[in-house]
Amino acid sequence: MLGRLAAVDKIIEAHGSDREGLIQILLDIQREFRWLPKEILEHVSKRLDVPINYIYNLTTFYAHFSLVPKGRHSMHVCMGTACHVRGAERLLDRTSQVLGIKPGQTSRDEKFSLDTVNCLGACALGPVMIADDEYLSNPTLEDIRRKADSCE
Amino acid sequence: MSEIIKLSSPSDFESLREKIIKGRDPNRTAVAVCSGPGCLAYASGKVFKRFEEALSAAGLEGEVTLAQTGCHGFCERGPSVVILPDEICYLRVSPEDVNEIVETTLKNGAVVERLLYKGEDGLPIQKESDIPFYKYQQKVVFGDNKRIDPRSIEDYIARGGYTALVKAITTMTPEAVIAEVKDSGLRGRGGGGFPAGAKWEATAKPPADTRYVIVNADEGDPGAYMDRGILEGNPHSVIEGLMIGGYAIGANEGYIYVRQEYPLAIDNVLYALDVLRELGLLGENILGTGFSFDIIVHKGAGAFVSGESSALMSAIEGRVGEPRPKYIRTSISGLRGKPSCLNNVETWANVPLIINKGANWFKSIGTEGSKGTKIFSLVGNVKNTGLVEVPMGMTLRQIIFDIGGGIRDDKEFKAVQTGGPSGGVIPEEMLDLHVDYDELYSAGSMMGSGGMIVMDKDTCMVNVAKYFLEFLSDESCGKCVPCRDGIDQLLEVLRRMTAGTARPDDLDLIEDISVMMKECALCGLGQSAPNPVLSSIKYFKDEYVAHINDKSCPGGVCKALIAYTIDVEKCIGCGKCMKVCPVNAISGDKKKPHKVNNALCVKCDSCYQECPSKVQAVTKIRQADVITAFATSEEAANE
Ligand SMILES: Cc1cc2nc3c(=O)[nH]c(=O)nc-3n(C[C@H](O)[C@H](O)[C@H](O)COP(=O)(O)O)c2cc1C
Ligand code: SF4
Ligand code: SF4
Ligand code: SF4
Ligand code: FES
Ligand code: FES
Repeated sequence: MLGRLAAVDKIIEAHGSDREGLIQILLDIQREFRWLPKEILEHVSKRLDVPINYIYNLTTFYAHFSLVPKGRHSMHVCMGTACHVRGAERLLDRTSQVLGIKPGQTSRDEKFSLDTVNCLGACALGPVMIADDEYLSNPTLEDIRRKADSCE
Repeated sequence: MSEIIKLSSPSDFESLREKIIKGRDPNRTAVAVCSGPGCLAYASGKVFKRFEEALSAAGLEGEVTLAQTGCHGFCERGPSVVILPDEICYLRVSPEDVNEIVETTLKNGAVVERLLYKGEDGLPIQKESDIPFYKYQQKVVFGDNKRIDPRSIEDYIARGGYTALVKAITTMTPEAVIAEVKDSGLRGRGGGGFPAGAKWEATAKPPADTRYVIVNADEGDPGAYMDRGILEGNPHSVIEGLMIGGYAIGANEGYIYVRQEYPLAIDNVLYALDVLRELGLLGENILGTGFSFDIIVHKGAGAFVSGESSALMSAIEGRVGEPRPKYIRTSISGLRGKPSCLNNVETWANVPLIINKGANWFKSIGTEGSKGTKIFSLVGNVKNTGLVEVPMGMTLRQIIFDIGGGIRDDKEFKAVQTGGPSGGVIPEEMLDLHVDYDELYSAGSMMGSGGMIVMDKDTCMVNVAKYFLEFLSDESCGKCVPCRDGIDQLLEVLRRMTAGTARPDDLDLIEDISVMMKECALCGLGQSAPNPVLSSIKYFKDEYVAHINDKSCPGGVCKALIAYTIDVEKCIGCGKCMKVCPVNAISGDKKKPHKVNNALCVKCDSCYQECPSKVQAVTKIRQADVITAFATSEEAANE
């Protein structure tokens, strides 16, 4: 726990403890821990002298923040318009089938999270998903399985 | 930069520029490997690595420049590799092709034919600008991507970079800069098409000790990635535009608000800013002119509504990115209550061109009310997907058919959607519409930021309208009732339609709710939320009527209304459908007609997709007709 808070302090130092930097701080914490644990948010609340409710307000407003633990590997399937008209729904079904979880869920062993996003900015290749940092253009069931199997 | 010498006067800059240009051989061979999002998905990172290895193995590192560049445009055919100066364009390049390119092209000056684009006559096309996808484009903003390593300010300066800034701050008054932008007729590329010059003037006017200029790189419109293409590939063009704006408006601080989903864009911008500070092109007293300016990057945490101007400024202040009422203009009281000018990425990127080439040059491109070019994200069911830049006024038909190559799998065109969740659909009858702000608006759609999503005949317009409302329902901030409840009510009606439980007067209900929302919602999101529905009712009313009265879905998409069957006359019994069916609902012997058990079918569409396009035996019928259809096909099979 102390180690985690030290990491958070480092992030706060990088941005300064001005309230304006709060979103940038939370983004870095989200990146570091893959979610925003309660005790960390409380720590941030103290350090920046902002009410915890204010922080929760932000974390529920912006889609990128998560208040529940996320898997070690994240799969994001694009539901954007370009992907929608090229079969995003079917890609989501396939991914969900391989991982055995529904969108928004994390697998019990905390290995995978499956989420939908509005656009990945790779619209020309729709339907697309991003598995950790790798973009996959219209992967088949087999492709997704192979990717999932390669994850530790 | 190899050695950084701080530039302290305009003549310092000029000598640096001359030095860079003199040190360059225009005939030097350069290999531009695209590392835009599309090509990365096709493993262009590996292609680049292979080039590094192969060039060094061939001892060519000293003679050939190798760069990882931003998006070239033709993403569908990525990874794209362009060899300069001849512009030899290799498409779908795999890591295995690299040795051959080095051997054949770089060493022996010949082309690798199989990697070239093949024209309609089957003949290979060597030069990028001769390929139909590129031939009809006019790339003034987006064209330098393949010639610029986004990490090299020398590349940008060699292409004329920062000469517009120097010209503005050394030879023009702020008023003259604003006058030039006003005169050019440049309109905002991010949404409403508001005249940029007028906005600058309004921000410069009110007395204030501090003003801000801001880049909107939130790019929340799903299906659009033009801004990403510019920021990743040519970050300096946006930064230079912003600095010129800062000078003209009297701002010493600029912000770039960019969505966190674009890490490469963020990295490239941050890198560019560091280099500029070291050079003295950013900071206090730039080039000794007395103009001081710095830029801060703010990452967006994912909220569509935060792309709206007042919401975006709240987000920069570290608050929830909700819009506020428009009676206070952000040009008077914006970020931290100071006059602030927000423009889109592409708008800013046009500014250096206007300052360098003049308003008259800019005005010579485009239509009466819309000057210059526009970059579109040409995506969806079109053959050649990618980023295209065309002069305003080009027809939709030219963009979709001449550049885009027509509809994928040679299906029929149905509609094109522009303007994102605030825009609308345009039907086939209007393909000759000249694309500009005003024409799109009169057609019931919008330019928006430049998303152009092509839809084929297998698209359901009611489903698309429902899709946009679902998107907006998720993204509405909920601050005002007309939007929050209006969207949900509209959505409820559309859900009824797609579920086959619509009521006869539902179309009137949509009309009523829409009028209320347009008049009463607080921000653009709510005011324009009915557009996708209204425009599709306008042009595809019969499809709505079919859903309401006939309980059928002509596009064959709405699961509750359709059922799958196999045409025994057409089926060749190849068994492909059976293999892909996840629930074993299809049966049949080899080379004999197959059939669907509708009691098991979960309507996943796999069999429809899989049946060979020459055969097309899988057909969609009305769910209401299932019993009879099943009986008839069985009878037929028995005969
Ligand atoms: C809900 C909503 C979302 C918006 N999202 C964006 C966006 O992602 N990018 C953008 O440039 N403009 C967006 N806009 C438009 C901005 O409010 C603003 O008009 C624009 O950034 C101004 O720049 P321009 O005049 O150069 O287009 C959005 C507007 C609304 C109402
Ligand atoms: S119109 Fe919608 S998005 Fe805009 S302020 Fe109202 S509720 Fe929020
Ligand atoms: S639609 Fe899907 S579930 Fe139904 S028969 Fe075809 S493949 Fe099987
Ligand atoms: S894929 Fe088409 S042709 Fe082949 S068995 Fe199925 S329905 Fe018949
Ligand atoms: S719509 Fe899917 S990546 Fe943009
Ligand atoms: S991403 Fe490479 S061409 Fe667009």
